Amino acid sequence: MAVSLQELGAHVSQATAGAVVATSIRLDELMLETTPEKLIGLLTFLRDDPKCLFKQLVDVCGVDWPEREKRFDVVYNLLSLKNNQRIRVKVATDEATPVPSAAPVYSSAGWFERETYDLYGVWFSDHPDLRRILTDYGFEGHPMRKDFPLTGFVEVRWDDVQKRVVYEPVKLTQEFRRFDFLSPWEGDHRPLPGDEKAGEKGKAS
Amino acid sequence: MGVTTQAKPGPAAEAALSRALNDELADKGFVVAQLDKLITWARTGSMWGLTFGLACCGVEMIHCWMSRYDLDRFGFAPMPSPRAADVMIVAGTLTNKMAPALRKVYDQMAEPRYVISMGSCANGGGYYHYSYSVVRGCDRIVPVDVYVPGCPPTAEALLYGVLQLQKKVRRTGTLVR
Repeated sequence: MAVSLQELGAHVSQATAGAVVATSIRLDELMLETTPEKLIGLLTFLRDDPKCLFKQLVDVCGVDWPEREKRFDVVYNLLSLKNNQRIRVKVATDEATPVPSAAPVYSSAGWFERETYDLYGVWFSDHPDLRRILTDYGFEGHPMRKDFPLTGFVEVRWDDVQKRVVYEPVKLTQEFRRFDFLSPWEGDHRPLPGDEKAGEKGKAS
Repeated sequence: MGVTTQAKPGPAAEAALSRALNDELADKGFVVAQLDKLITWARTGSMWGLTFGLACCGVEMIHCWMSRYDLDRFGFAPMPSPRAADVMIVAGTLTNKMAPALRKVYDQMAEPRYVISMGSCANGGGYYHYSYSVVRGCDRIVPVDVYVPGCPPTAEALLYGVLQLQKKVRRTGTLVR
Protein backbone atom coordinates (compact mmCIF):
# COMPACT_ATOMS: atom_id res chain seq x y z
CA MET A 1 0.00 0.00 0.00
CA ALA A 2 2.72 2.42 1.07
CA VAL A 3 4.80 1.53 -1.98
CA SER A 4 1.95 2.18 -4.35
CA LEU A 5 1.30 5.50 -2.63
CA GLN A 6 4.93 6.47 -3.10
CA GLU A 7 4.75 5.42 -6.72
CA LEU A 8 1.64 7.51 -7.18
CA GLY A 9 3.32 10.50 -5.56
CA ALA A 10 6.38 10.11 -7.79
CA HIS A 11 4.15 9.76 -10.83
CA VAL A 12 2.20 12.91 -10.02
CA SER A 13 5.23 15.05 -9.20
CA GLN A 14 7.03 13.86 -12.33
CA ALA A 15 4.09 14.42 -14.64
CA THR A 16 3.15 17.86 -13.35
CA ALA A 17 6.71 19.20 -13.58
CA GLY A 18 7.34 21.09 -10.37
CA ALA A 19 3.77 21.66 -9.25
CA VAL A 20 4.29 19.35 -6.28
CA VAL A 21 6.55 20.95 -3.68
CA ALA A 22 6.54 18.04 -1.26
CA THR A 23 4.90 14.65 -0.88
CA SER A 24 4.36 12.76 2.33
CA ILE A 25 2.33 9.80 3.52
CA ARG A 26 0.20 10.37 6.57
CA LEU A 27 -2.44 8.02 7.95
CA ASP A 28 -2.00 5.70 4.95
CA GLU A 29 -2.90 8.47 2.57
CA LEU A 30 -0.82 10.53 0.20
CA MET A 31 -0.45 14.24 0.85
CA LEU A 32 0.83 16.69 -1.76
CA GLU A 33 1.91 20.26 -1.13
CA THR A 34 1.76 22.80 -3.89
CA THR A 35 1.72 26.55 -4.53
CA PRO A 36 -1.28 28.74 -5.40
CA GLU A 37 -0.01 29.32 -8.96
CA LYS A 38 0.25 25.61 -9.75
CA LEU A 39 -2.84 24.49 -7.88
CA ILE A 40 -5.35 24.44 -10.72
CA GLY A 41 -3.02 22.56 -13.04
CA LEU A 42 -2.35 19.97 -10.36
CA LEU A 43 -6.02 19.48 -9.51
CA THR A 44 -6.92 19.14 -13.18
CA PHE A 45 -4.18 16.53 -13.60
CA LEU A 46 -5.35 14.59 -10.55
CA ARG A 47 -8.89 14.59 -11.91
CA ASP A 48 -8.10 13.56 -15.48
CA ASP A 49 -5.00 11.36 -15.36
CA PRO A 50 -5.96 7.69 -15.88
CA LYS A 51 -3.75 6.60 -12.96
CA CYS A 52 -5.40 9.08 -10.60
CA LEU A 53 -9.03 9.81 -11.59
CA PHE A 54 -9.74 11.72 -8.38
CA LYS A 55 -13.09 12.83 -9.71
CA GLN A 56 -14.65 13.87 -6.43
CA LEU A 57 -13.73 16.83 -4.29
CA VAL A 58 -14.92 15.70 -0.88
CA ASP A 59 -14.02 18.79 1.12
CA VAL A 60 -12.02 21.99 1.14
CA CYS A 61 -10.94 23.12 4.57
CA GLY A 62 -8.54 25.50 6.20
CA VAL A 63 -5.90 25.35 8.93
CA ASP A 64 -4.62 28.37 10.82
CA TRP A 65 -0.98 28.46 11.95
CA PRO A 66 -0.63 31.91 13.59
CA GLU A 67 3.13 31.54 14.12
CA ARG A 68 3.85 30.95 10.43
CA GLU A 69 4.40 33.74 7.94
CA LYS A 70 1.99 32.10 5.52
CA ARG A 71 -0.46 31.39 8.26
CA PHE A 72 -3.17 29.46 6.40
CA ASP A 73 -3.22 26.02 4.85
CA VAL A 74 -6.02 25.25 2.44
CA VAL A 75 -6.54 21.50 2.23
CA TYR A 76 -8.31 19.80 -0.67
CA ASN A 77 -9.57 16.28 0.08
CA LEU A 78 -10.02 14.26 -3.09
CA LEU A 79 -11.57 10.85 -3.64
CA SER A 80 -11.10 8.44 -6.52
CA LEU A 81 -13.97 5.99 -6.76
CA LYS A 82 -12.27 4.19 -9.63
CA ASN A 83 -9.09 3.43 -7.66
CA ASN A 84 -10.68 3.43 -4.18
CA GLN A 85 -8.20 6.00 -3.00
CA ARG A 86 -8.10 9.31 -1.22
CA ILE A 87 -5.55 12.10 -1.46
CA ARG A 88 -4.94 15.47 0.13
CA VAL A 89 -3.56 18.57 -1.55
CA LYS A 90 -2.29 21.40 0.65
CA VAL A 91 -1.65 25.02 -0.28
CA ALA A 92 -0.12 27.60 2.06
CA THR A 93 -1.24 31.22 1.86
CA ASP A 94 -1.69 34.35 4.00
CA GLU A 95 -4.49 36.87 4.56
CA ALA A 96 -3.67 38.88 1.44
CA THR A 97 -2.67 36.29 -1.15
CA PRO A 98 -5.64 34.77 -2.95
CA VAL A 99 -5.78 31.09 -3.91
CA PRO A 100 -7.26 30.41 -7.36
CA SER A 101 -10.74 28.98 -7.08
CA ALA A 102 -11.14 25.28 -7.86
CA ALA A 103 -14.75 25.80 -8.93
CA PRO A 104 -13.99 25.43 -12.68
CA VAL A 105 -12.35 22.04 -12.00
CA TYR A 106 -14.72 20.70 -9.35
CA SER A 107 -18.25 22.05 -9.26
CA SER A 108 -18.54 21.21 -5.56
CA ALA A 109 -15.71 23.60 -4.68
CA GLY A 110 -17.89 26.70 -4.73
CA TRP A 111 -19.58 26.26 -1.37
CA PHE A 112 -16.53 24.68 0.28
CA GLU A 113 -14.45 27.70 -0.66
CA ARG A 114 -17.18 30.02 0.58
CA GLU A 115 -17.01 28.17 3.87
CA THR A 116 -13.21 28.44 4.05
CA TYR A 117 -13.45 32.14 3.22
CA ASP A 118 -16.14 32.63 5.83
CA LEU A 119 -14.36 30.88 8.69
CA TYR A 120 -10.70 31.69 7.93
CA GLY A 121 -10.74 34.74 5.68
CA VAL A 122 -8.76 33.08 2.89
CA TRP A 123 -9.38 34.78 -0.45
CA PHE A 124 -10.20 32.79 -3.57
CA SER A 125 -9.65 34.51 -6.90
CA ASP A 126 -12.10 34.04 -9.78
CA HIS A 127 -14.68 32.52 -7.46
CA PRO A 128 -18.17 32.84 -8.99
CA ASP A 129 -19.85 33.99 -5.75
CA LEU A 130 -17.50 34.54 -2.80
CA ARG A 131 -19.89 35.39 0.05
CA ARG A 132 -20.18 34.24 3.64
CA ILE A 133 -22.12 30.99 3.92
CA LEU A 134 -22.46 29.96 7.57
CA THR A 135 -22.14 32.92 9.90
CA ASP A 136 -24.79 35.53 10.67
CA TYR A 137 -25.75 38.21 8.15
CA GLY A 138 -23.41 41.15 8.63
CA PHE A 139 -21.01 39.08 10.73
CA GLU A 140 -17.56 40.57 11.21
CA GLY A 141 -14.38 38.54 11.60
CA HIS A 142 -13.46 34.97 10.79
CA PRO A 143 -14.34 32.72 13.72
CA MET A 144 -12.03 29.75 13.07
CA ARG A 145 -8.92 31.91 13.22
CA LYS A 146 -6.90 31.26 16.36
CA ASP A 147 -7.00 34.94 17.34
CA PHE A 148 -10.81 35.09 17.22
CA PRO A 149 -12.21 35.06 20.77
CA LEU A 150 -14.43 32.10 21.62
CA THR A 151 -17.41 34.23 22.60
CA GLY A 152 -17.05 36.66 19.71
CA PHE A 153 -17.89 40.33 20.01
CA VAL A 154 -21.69 40.68 19.83
CA GLU A 155 -24.74 38.96 21.23
CA VAL A 156 -28.40 39.33 20.29
CA ARG A 157 -31.49 40.25 22.27
CA TRP A 158 -35.08 41.11 21.37
CA ASP A 159 -35.67 44.81 22.03
CA ASP A 160 -39.29 45.36 22.96
CA VAL A 161 -39.10 49.12 22.31
CA GLN A 162 -37.55 48.95 18.86
CA LYS A 163 -39.49 45.75 18.09
CA ARG A 164 -36.51 44.03 16.53
CA VAL A 165 -33.56 41.84 17.40
CA VAL A 166 -30.65 44.08 18.41
CA TYR A 167 -26.93 43.37 18.59
CA GLU A 168 -25.01 44.35 21.71
CA PRO A 169 -21.43 43.87 22.93
CA VAL A 170 -21.00 40.55 24.74
CA LYS A 171 -21.64 40.71 28.48
CA LEU A 172 -20.92 37.45 30.30
CA THR A 173 -22.04 36.93 33.87
CA GLN A 174 -19.27 34.38 34.28
CA GLU A 175 -16.08 34.03 32.25
CA PHE A 176 -15.39 30.85 30.37
CA ARG A 177 -13.37 28.41 32.43
CA ARG A 178 -11.30 25.50 31.19
CA PHE A 179 -11.31 22.46 33.39
CA ASP A 180 -9.75 20.03 30.95
CA PHE A 181 -6.09 20.53 31.79
CA LEU A 182 -5.06 17.12 30.51
CA SER A 183 -6.72 16.65 27.19
CA PRO A 184 -6.52 12.97 26.32
CA TRP A 185 -5.39 13.60 22.77
CA GLU A 186 -2.84 16.37 23.23
CA GLY A 187 -1.87 16.51 26.89
CA ASP A 188 0.14 13.86 28.62
CA HIS A 189 -0.12 10.22 27.77
CA ARG A 190 -0.21 8.60 31.17
CA PRO A 191 -2.77 5.80 31.29
CA LEU A 192 -6.10 6.70 32.80
CA PRO A 193 -6.86 5.26 36.26
CA GLY A 194 -7.90 1.65 35.79
CA ASP A 195 -6.27 1.34 32.37
CA GLU A 196 -2.77 0.43 33.59
CA LYS A 197 -3.12 -3.31 32.98
CA ALA A 198 -4.54 -2.81 29.51
CA GLY A 199 -1.40 -0.87 28.57
CA GLU A 200 0.96 -3.57 29.90
CA LYS A 201 -0.88 -6.26 28.00
CA GLY A 202 -0.62 -4.26 24.81
CA LYS A 203 3.16 -3.94 25.26
CA ALA A 204 3.68 -7.63 26.01
CA SER A 205 1.84 -8.90 22.94
CA MET B 1 -43.77 8.68 36.44
CA GLY B 2 -45.11 11.86 37.94
CA VAL B 3 -47.19 12.85 34.95
CA THR B 4 -50.60 12.50 36.61
CA THR B 5 -51.72 15.99 37.54
CA GLN B 6 -54.94 15.18 39.34
CA ALA B 7 -56.54 12.18 40.98
CA LYS B 8 -58.49 10.17 38.47
CA PRO B 9 -62.08 9.49 39.51
CA GLY B 10 -62.95 5.84 39.78
CA PRO B 11 -65.72 4.24 37.71
CA ALA B 12 -68.25 4.51 40.56
CA ALA B 13 -67.57 8.23 41.04
CA GLU B 14 -67.78 8.78 37.29
CA ALA B 15 -71.12 7.01 37.12
CA ALA B 16 -72.44 9.09 40.03
CA LEU B 17 -71.26 12.30 38.35
CA SER B 18 -72.87 11.39 35.07
CA ARG B 19 -76.13 10.44 36.83
CA ALA B 20 -76.19 13.77 38.68
CA LEU B 21 -75.52 15.61 35.42
CA ASN B 22 -78.32 13.70 33.68
CA ASP B 23 -80.74 14.40 36.53
CA GLU B 24 -79.93 18.11 36.45
CA LEU B 25 -80.39 18.23 32.68
CA ALA B 26 -83.69 16.36 32.86
CA ASP B 27 -84.83 18.49 35.76
CA LYS B 28 -83.89 21.99 34.60
CA GLY B 29 -82.83 21.57 30.97
CA PHE B 30 -79.46 23.30 31.43
CA VAL B 31 -76.19 22.99 33.31
CA VAL B 32 -74.47 25.83 35.12
CA ALA B 33 -70.69 26.17 34.89
CA GLN B 34 -68.19 28.97 35.19
CA LEU B 35 -67.44 30.38 31.75
CA ASP B 36 -63.74 31.04 32.34
CA LYS B 37 -63.28 27.50 33.71
CA LEU B 38 -65.08 26.16 30.65
CA ILE B 39 -62.89 28.19 28.33
CA THR B 40 -59.62 27.21 29.97
CA TRP B 41 -60.80 23.61 29.94
CA ALA B 42 -61.45 23.86 26.22
CA ARG B 43 -58.15 25.65 25.71
CA THR B 44 -56.06 23.05 27.52
CA GLY B 45 -57.88 20.31 25.64
CA SER B 46 -56.85 21.55 22.24
CA MET B 47 -53.42 23.12 22.32
CA TRP B 48 -51.71 22.92 18.98
CA GLY B 49 -47.97 22.84 19.17
CA LEU B 50 -45.83 24.65 16.67
CA THR B 51 -42.86 22.39 16.02
CA PHE B 52 -39.75 24.52 16.05
CA GLY B 53 -37.16 21.75 15.93
CA LEU B 54 -33.71 23.30 15.67
CA ALA B 55 -31.39 20.45 16.66
CA CYS B 56 -31.30 17.03 18.32
CA CYS B 57 -34.09 18.03 20.74
CA GLY B 58 -36.36 18.04 17.71
CA VAL B 59 -36.00 14.26 17.51
CA GLU B 60 -37.16 13.83 21.10
CA MET B 61 -40.03 16.17 20.34
CA ILE B 62 -41.05 13.88 17.46
CA HIS B 63 -40.85 10.87 19.79
CA CYS B 64 -43.26 12.64 22.08
CA TRP B 65 -45.90 12.64 19.35
CA MET B 66 -45.27 9.05 18.32
CA SER B 67 -47.30 6.12 19.55
CA ARG B 68 -45.48 5.46 22.82
CA TYR B 69 -46.20 8.81 24.50
CA ASP B 70 -48.77 10.06 21.98
CA LEU B 71 -49.19 13.74 22.80
CA ASP B 72 -52.26 13.79 20.58
CA ARG B 73 -54.31 12.15 23.34
CA PHE B 74 -53.98 15.41 25.29
CA GLY B 75 -55.31 17.32 22.31
CA PHE B 76 -51.76 18.55 21.77
CA ALA B 77 -51.38 18.14 18.03
CA PRO B 78 -48.37 19.12 15.91
CA MET B 79 -49.11 22.15 13.76
CA PRO B 80 -46.64 23.34 11.15
CA SER B 81 -48.27 26.73 10.64
CA PRO B 82 -47.71 29.39 13.33
CA ARG B 83 -51.01 31.06 12.46
CA ALA B 84 -53.05 28.11 13.73
CA ALA B 85 -50.77 27.11 16.62
CA ASP B 86 -51.12 27.95 20.32
CA VAL B 87 -47.83 26.69 21.72
CA MET B 88 -44.35 27.00 20.27
CA ILE B 89 -41.85 24.35 21.33
CA VAL B 90 -38.35 25.76 20.86
CA ALA B 91 -36.44 22.49 20.60
CA GLY B 92 -32.73 22.93 20.10
CA THR B 93 -29.89 25.41 19.74
CA LEU B 94 -31.02 28.90 18.80
CA THR B 95 -28.31 30.67 16.81
CA ASN B 96 -27.92 34.39 16.23
CA LYS B 97 -28.79 33.91 12.58
CA MET B 98 -32.01 32.08 13.44
CA ALA B 99 -33.14 34.49 16.17
CA PRO B 100 -34.98 37.02 13.96
CA ALA B 101 -36.74 34.16 12.17
CA LEU B 102 -37.83 32.65 15.49
CA ARG B 103 -39.24 35.98 16.59
CA LYS B 104 -41.01 36.42 13.27
CA VAL B 105 -42.69 33.04 13.63
CA TYR B 106 -43.65 33.84 17.23
CA ASP B 107 -45.18 37.15 16.15
CA GLN B 108 -47.36 35.34 13.62
CA MET B 109 -49.00 33.21 16.29
CA ALA B 110 -52.44 34.28 17.49
CA GLU B 111 -53.09 35.19 21.14
CA PRO B 112 -53.20 33.52 23.56
CA ARG B 113 -49.83 31.98 22.77
CA TYR B 114 -47.39 30.04 24.87
CA VAL B 115 -43.76 29.01 24.52
CA ILE B 116 -42.09 25.85 25.82
CA SER B 117 -38.30 26.06 25.86
CA MET B 118 -36.97 22.55 25.44
CA GLY B 119 -33.44 21.48 26.30
CA SER B 120 -30.32 23.11 27.72
CA CYS B 121 -29.48 25.08 24.59
CA ALA B 122 -32.87 26.75 24.38
CA ASN B 123 -32.97 27.31 28.14
CA GLY B 124 -29.66 29.11 28.49
CA GLY B 125 -27.27 28.31 25.67
CA GLY B 126 -26.28 25.03 27.31
CA TYR B 127 -23.22 23.43 25.79
CA TYR B 128 -22.83 26.41 23.44
CA HIS B 129 -23.22 29.07 26.12
CA TYR B 130 -19.82 30.61 25.33
CA SER B 131 -20.11 30.34 21.57
CA TYR B 132 -19.91 33.41 19.36
CA SER B 133 -22.93 32.36 17.32
CA VAL B 134 -25.49 31.05 19.81
CA VAL B 135 -28.19 32.95 21.70
CA ARG B 136 -27.76 32.42 25.45
CA GLY B 137 -31.30 31.25 26.02
CA CYS B 138 -34.32 31.66 23.79
CA ASP B 139 -35.95 33.84 26.48
CA ARG B 140 -33.72 36.64 25.17
CA ILE B 141 -35.90 36.55 22.04
CA VAL B 142 -39.37 35.34 23.09
CA PRO B 143 -41.14 35.13 26.48
CA VAL B 144 -41.05 31.56 27.78
CA ASP B 145 -43.74 29.85 29.86
CA VAL B 146 -42.22 26.45 30.61
CA TYR B 147 -38.57 25.40 30.62
CA VAL B 148 -37.87 21.70 30.10
CA PRO B 149 -34.36 20.80 31.30
CA GLY B 150 -32.22 18.07 29.79
CA CYS B 151 -29.73 17.51 27.01
CA PRO B 152 -31.82 16.42 25.27
CA PRO B 153 -34.87 16.01 27.55
CA THR B 154 -36.58 12.66 27.19
CA ALA B 155 -39.93 12.55 25.45
CA GLU B 156 -41.37 11.91 28.88
CA ALA B 157 -39.84 15.14 30.18
CA LEU B 158 -41.38 17.13 27.35
CA LEU B 159 -44.71 15.44 28.04
CA TYR B 160 -44.39 16.55 31.65
CA GLY B 161 -43.62 20.07 30.46
CA VAL B 162 -46.75 20.07 28.31
CA LEU B 163 -48.84 18.94 31.28
CA GLN B 164 -47.26 21.66 33.41
CA LEU B 165 -48.23 24.19 30.74
CA GLN B 166 -51.80 22.87 30.76
CA LYS B 167 -51.85 23.25 34.54
CA LYS B 168 -50.56 26.80 34.20
CA VAL B 169 -53.26 27.65 31.66
CA ARG B 170 -55.93 26.06 33.81
CA ARG B 171 -54.87 28.13 36.83
CA THR B 172 -54.03 31.47 35.26
CA GLY B 173 -56.02 31.47 32.02
CA THR B 174 -58.55 34.30 31.61
CA LEU B 175 -61.03 35.47 29.03
CA VAL B 176 -59.01 38.61 28.48
CA ARG B 177 -56.78 38.39 25.45
